[in-house]
Amino acid sequence: MADRQMVMIDGNEAVASVAFRTNEVCAIYPITPSSPMGEFADEWSAYHRKNIWGTTPDVQEMQSEAGAAGAVHGSLQAGALTTTFTASQGLLLMIPNMLKIAGELTSFCMHVSARTVATHALSIFGDHSDVMLCRGTGFAMLASNSVQEAHDMALISQAATLNSRVPFLHFFDGFRTSHEVAKCEELTDDDIRAMIDEKKVEEHRARALTPDRPVIRGTAQNPDTFFQNREAGNPFYLACPGAVQEAMDQFAKITGRNYHLFDYVGAPDAERVIIIMGSGADTTDETVEYLNNQGEKVGVLKVRLFRPFSVEHFINALPATTKHIAVLDRCKEHGAIGSPLYQDIITALAEGNFAGNPSVIGGVYGLSSKEFTPAMVKAVYDEMAKPEPKKHFTVGINDDVTHMSLDYDETFDIEPDDVVRAMFYGLGADGTVGANKNSIKIIGEETENYAQGYFVYDSKKSGAMTISHLRFGPRPIKSIYLISTANFIGCHQWEFIHKYDVLEKAAPGAVFLLNSPYGKDEVWEHLPKETQEQIIEKKLKFYVIDASTVAEQTGMGSRTNTIMQTCFFAISGVLERDDAIARIKAAIKKTYGKKGDAIVQKNYEAVDGSIANMHEVTVPTIATSEHTRPPFVPDEAPDLLKRVTALMMAGKGDLLPVSALPPDGTWPTATTQWEKRNVGQAVPIWDENICIQCNKCAAICPHAAIRAKVYEEGELGNAPETFRSMDYKAKDFKGMKFTIQVAPEDCTGCKLCVNVCPAKDKSNPKHKAINMEPRLDVVDVERENYRFFLDDLPEIDREKVTRIDVKGSQFFQPLFEYSGACAGCGETPYVKMMSQLFGDRMLIGNATGCSSIYGGNLPTTPYCVDTNGRGPAWSNSLFEDAAEFSFGFRLAFDSHKKQATELVTALASELGDDMVTALLTADQYGEANIKAQRERVEALKAKLNTIDDPKAKWLLPLADYLVRKSVWALGGDGWAYDIGYGGLDHVLAQPRDINILVMDTEVYSNTGGQASKATPIGAAAKFAASGKAVGKKDLGLMAMNYRHVYVASVAFGSNDQQVVKAFQEADSYDGPSLIIAYSHCIAHGYDLSLGCEQQKLAVSSGIWPLYRYDPRLVDEGKPPLQMDSKAPTTRVSDYMRNETRFRMVERIDPKRFADLAKYAQSFSDQRVAVYEQLANITVPSGNGNGNGKED
Amino acid sequence: MNLSTTYLGLDLPHPFMPGACPLTADVDNIKKLEEAGASAVVMHSLFEEQITREEMAVTGTIDTPAESFAEALSYFPDPEDFFLGPDEYLEQIRLAKDAVDIPIIGSINGTTLGGWLKYAELIAQAGADALELNVYSMPSDPETDGQSVEKTTVEMIGAVKEKVSIPVAVKLSPFYSSLPNFAQHLDSIGTDGLVLFNRFYQPDIDVEALEVERKLQLSNSSELLLRLRWLAILSGMKRNYSLAVTGGVHSGMDAIKAAMTGADAIQIVSALLVGGMSKLGEIKQQMSDWMEEHEYESLQQMIGSMDLQRCPDAHAYERANYMHILQSWEGAV
Repeated sequence: MADRQMVMIDGNEAVASVAFRTNEVCAIYPITPSSPMGEFADEWSAYHRKNIWGTTPDVQEMQSEAGAAGAVHGSLQAGALTTTFTASQGLLLMIPNMLKIAGELTSFCMHVSARTVATHALSIFGDHSDVMLCRGTGFAMLASNSVQEAHDMALISQAATLNSRVPFLHFFDGFRTSHEVAKCEELTDDDIRAMIDEKKVEEHRARALTPDRPVIRGTAQNPDTFFQNREAGNPFYLACPGAVQEAMDQFAKITGRNYHLFDYVGAPDAERVIIIMGSGADTTDETVEYLNNQGEKVGVLKVRLFRPFSVEHFINALPATTKHIAVLDRCKEHGAIGSPLYQDIITALAEGNFAGNPSVIGGVYGLSSKEFTPAMVKAVYDEMAKPEPKKHFTVGINDDVTHMSLDYDETFDIEPDDVVRAMFYGLGADGTVGANKNSIKIIGEETENYAQGYFVYDSKKSGAMTISHLRFGPRPIKSIYLISTANFIGCHQWEFIHKYDVLEKAAPGAVFLLNSPYGKDEVWEHLPKETQEQIIEKKLKFYVIDASTVAEQTGMGSRTNTIMQTCFFAISGVLERDDAIARIKAAIKKTYGKKGDAIVQKNYEAVDGSIANMHEVTVPTIATSEHTRPPFVPDEAPDLLKRVTALMMAGKGDLLPVSALPPDGTWPTATTQWEKRNVGQAVPIWDENICIQCNKCAAICPHAAIRAKVYEEGELGNAPETFRSMDYKAKDFKGMKFTIQVAPEDCTGCKLCVNVCPAKDKSNPKHKAINMEPRLDVVDVERENYRFFLDDLPEIDREKVTRIDVKGSQFFQPLFEYSGACAGCGETPYVKMMSQLFGDRMLIGNATGCSSIYGGNLPTTPYCVDTNGRGPAWSNSLFEDAAEFSFGFRLAFDSHKKQATELVTALASELGDDMVTALLTADQYGEANIKAQRERVEALKAKLNTIDDPKAKWLLPLADYLVRKSVWALGGDGWAYDIGYGGLDHVLAQPRDINILVMDTEVYSNTGGQASKATPIGAAAKFAASGKAVGKKDLGLMAMNYRHVYVASVAFGSNDQQVVKAFQEADSYDGPSLIIAYSHCIAHGYDLSLGCEQQKLAVSSGIWPLYRYDPRLVDEGKPPLQMDSKAPTTRVSDYMRNETRFRMVERIDPKRFADLAKYAQSFSDQRVAVYEQLANITVPSGNGNGNGKED
Repeated sequence: MNLSTTYLGLDLPHPFMPGACPLTADVDNIKKLEEAGASAVVMHSLFEEQITREEMAVTGTIDTPAESFAEALSYFPDPEDFFLGPDEYLEQIRLAKDAVDIPIIGSINGTTLGGWLKYAELIAQAGADALELNVYSMPSDPETDGQSVEKTTVEMIGAVKEKVSIPVAVKLSPFYSSLPNFAQHLDSIGTDGLVLFNRFYQPDIDVEALEVERKLQLSNSSELLLRLRWLAILSGMKRNYSLAVTGGVHSGMDAIKAAMTGADAIQIVSALLVGGMSKLGEIKQQMSDWMEEHEYESLQQMIGSMDLQRCPDAHAYERANYMHILQSWEGAV
């Protein structure tokens, strides 16, 4: 067994490595943060890697975790060794099958990267709220605390489940362990073989359901026997802890790493003991060692096997001297006496008759990956030492409401001096994280040093900041928390210096490396005063490099990663400089070798150009700068923004006390307007001399950063001199002025607007009516212009826009603005358009996914309000239930309207017949009619206030529901085609007025490109790496089958007018409507500024036919299906070759690509042929209203 | 009729072969071309610029969004066998070599010396019988003079010759100040063949959209005349290289003229794209019939018979002839 390797891997890979080698089938569904485990398994399966029995496991992606659990259950019952990976809501969807699997005493080990379950808000981060909800499933639950332990426990739990027949849920902390990269000793296949009892595998197979030895399972039982049968399983659970310890003992013999069901660390005669499980245990372990070295007598008991809970083992592990116990739970159960582990410990102490009757207090820590540090551990020990400690407490937050939180000393720092601690601030797009992963791999795998990397990402998808926390040291690293004092700080983006406090964590004497456009002699004067002061006070060694220029010169574009990495090695002293450079180059070759020589050479050039361009700055003795970092939000922002949101934006949300936060998770909308992100390097500037006033630029802008207004000339009185304006050309607003204005600080620089602009300068056609210019050159002027545009130019009265097409729609205020979506996003133009058309009377139920992240991820959210204070109300329930959730909105609205109607009728004598008739029979289609109805409702409310009747009071809050509302379910294809399809189908089958917008990126975008049933033939996606071999599900045709559903297939980049038409028809149709919208995506693999061009090809090739199916047309004697795209004129393969997702398949296997392209062509031709025939069919009229409802 | 010829040292049963074009990008097509009677196949060109751009673009689209967002550390699968670079092209050469018996001539269009050398070597290793270097550069820098363009090209070809042992042809454009002098330089470094001429893709203008339209204009017989002139001039020179014509051969008569002015090999593209692969056999038959009719014994008897050295009126290939043609045209108006 001496050939074990030390590898730098993250927790997900560590676990997947064992699970893959010990199973035959893997059925999964992607969910953060467990997705990489399934992806690793799929990748290895594609590489034909083998398990320990020499066969390649079969990896199958399912339509939901419920589906994955069903497939797992079936596979297990049919005798295959089967595994799955999941987390959070996904785990909850598996619970029904888990109960069955356990009830049937099935050997099975699942691996869970424990993640917060959504409550008042969703969180992708880690705690134990998901696994704790599985306590009643009958699964054994084994916790691991670090990457190495996750690797080890994955094997121990697999062995134990085979030996005990009790299924196992092996869990580790989401992100903190699943995504931490650490140095591990990798288990060999021989190690694994030595742990897996072949006889038990045979027994598992022998229990399989097979017609060759038929038995029946899954029967229904009655009161006579069910109870006894439940009890029949007891012996297996009683034996299980012993089986786990045996597996642990066997593991220790093989590897030398000793584990126990409960591992105690600390003073043998400790009086104060923390009981904890998960990654926090290692932090506690590290703190215990420090405190005991300081003369304390404390200890920590790490719970590994949480279920079945062995009282005997627990009592034996706890020092007899224990007088005070603090049980720390990483989950919150409102209403319980205490959190789950706390309750079990209390029970175990009582049942185990532990001598001395120690006091037990229970604390909650680390929810949603909240930091858990030695300072917090110390605070818990300090609390235990108090005469009257808090019985229940929290640690890590400031609870100023119920005062349950412990105070802790933030400056308490126990990290040893011989550990190098480095922090890097970068942009997602500059490759900082990738380079840092490379660096720790070099150090961890190629030197004796231990290394650890943990990476913090923000929640924006464009201009996202990353913070890398890297540690290197001579011993295994148990510091499972972010770096609080760094001896190296790398700031890879110059702009950050003016925005964030990047030197806050710099230790005295630390090295500071800054990517600066200014050289060593000029940089000082360009730093904010705070930064200068920190550099002086902390006596930092300060280096600059113009990495952006070096990257540009060496053809690396915005990728400054290898340059900054080289500089880090050159000045950090972690490795000898030349040695480091040689290793960096070797790593580059390894990383990029197969991607081609050119990219390798450019990286080499970047490395070589780095050190020559890096210079140490002579630090002056005084801070001379006259500028300071501006506040995150301006003074005129609402109080909540300044008090709460600004801190979150600054990365200091941890400082917010409990009282600052809304207890039910309700926040105001319209907050992105206060977050000026300035992420676009270049922004579009309008040239009124060229413009033809089509408004296409405004319509396509994914971030509502280009706006159009028509207004009276007189409004220009206070316009800045630089403000551009022109006469409006068309008849509808003849005599008025027109302006297209960019929001320079909100634009992401995607260039979609420039590419879509049809107006060119006749003498210089590359100059269009809108052109990109460097942001820094124009931002000051355009900021003022935009402010004037927004604040001083009035929004147009909606009823005055009579022609609602692409152009007209852009005069409506976008009520979805400046989201954190990717630059060039293909989804958000639809959302924005929708918000312009109906935002003031719209309620959105959003499926979890990209649209819920850019739509609802704090700190700021993009849905906003008009000048009347109206705007979309928005909520996200789950991934799978957006259709049903939104349908619930409709049920409520209809109920409110029904009651309001009844009350208005009942109050007719007071209100007057005219008012009643007008209110209840009003035509509410069209902006003027909506406005008129709102006025009627206002009049009604005024009148109601004068009526002394309980019915009037009851009607008052319901009156607004007499104005027509637009209910929308939003989501992506993962929701609509896969996990949410059942619900979506049911909602479509109901004759209610609900609208569904499916933004089809043909892949799970938010979780990183896994195949969905919308993925087209020939596209490479995760779980379809060789190119999808079956056709895309025709969701539209399936919906048309109901006949009462309005269906539209649209593509903004191909036919924007059709999009506007489809949205209006869907809204006006008094029944279910489904719009399937082609949405280009970064997961397609091409420059998204060309998204519209590619959409045109999608349509012209027949891949994405445009149509509208309107049931109302039946009564007009017309075919309900209308084609909006012509017969295909281009080849599907030409469309495919433009995108990496298809091209990847061609590069790997040209023959397969050719076959798939041919299939895609015929699939597409057939689909278009079917539609074209349907578009010629008229059918007899139905019940007269077209929506399936009786009148 | 004995149409056998020698081109780039390759003994061929006749001079007709498809030139570098999309048809030769597919192994099934190469098989069909062999069945249609092609004596050799010039593969479609491997464009260094295209490979480099694809490497950068694909790497960019994969890497840039990666490691940016906590829920998606990547957006694409990472197949073990996904390689960028020239592998696709090299694999086609290997497959073509396995699929057919006729010689396979690789074709490169490079932009850097390193690229020319690397790809030449890889194509030779992949089994190509010969190499055609498609010198397709459009100098747009006013600081670059004609001499340095030629010097760079000669150095590049010399370096390739040193690197590979298979025969090397150079496909030229007609736009050199002194093609004979340039050809002599190429001869001196061991160039095995010259291919006359490259047809640049000539973009069109969409006047409504104010956009440049990339269009492939197919050749016609009128384009042959320029090639005949230069074939005749080069063929008559003392030389060690063979000559091929490409561009403008659409009939047996065109082929006869090309052979008479010195072409050892005749590359056909447009005629095949328009008329199908069988066109190759038709042209060959037309030539053969004409030669039978005119009692030629072999193609060798014909090759170069009308070149600058042997034609009855050598001045016709030179300026005087040009002047005469212009004058006669004016007269016609």
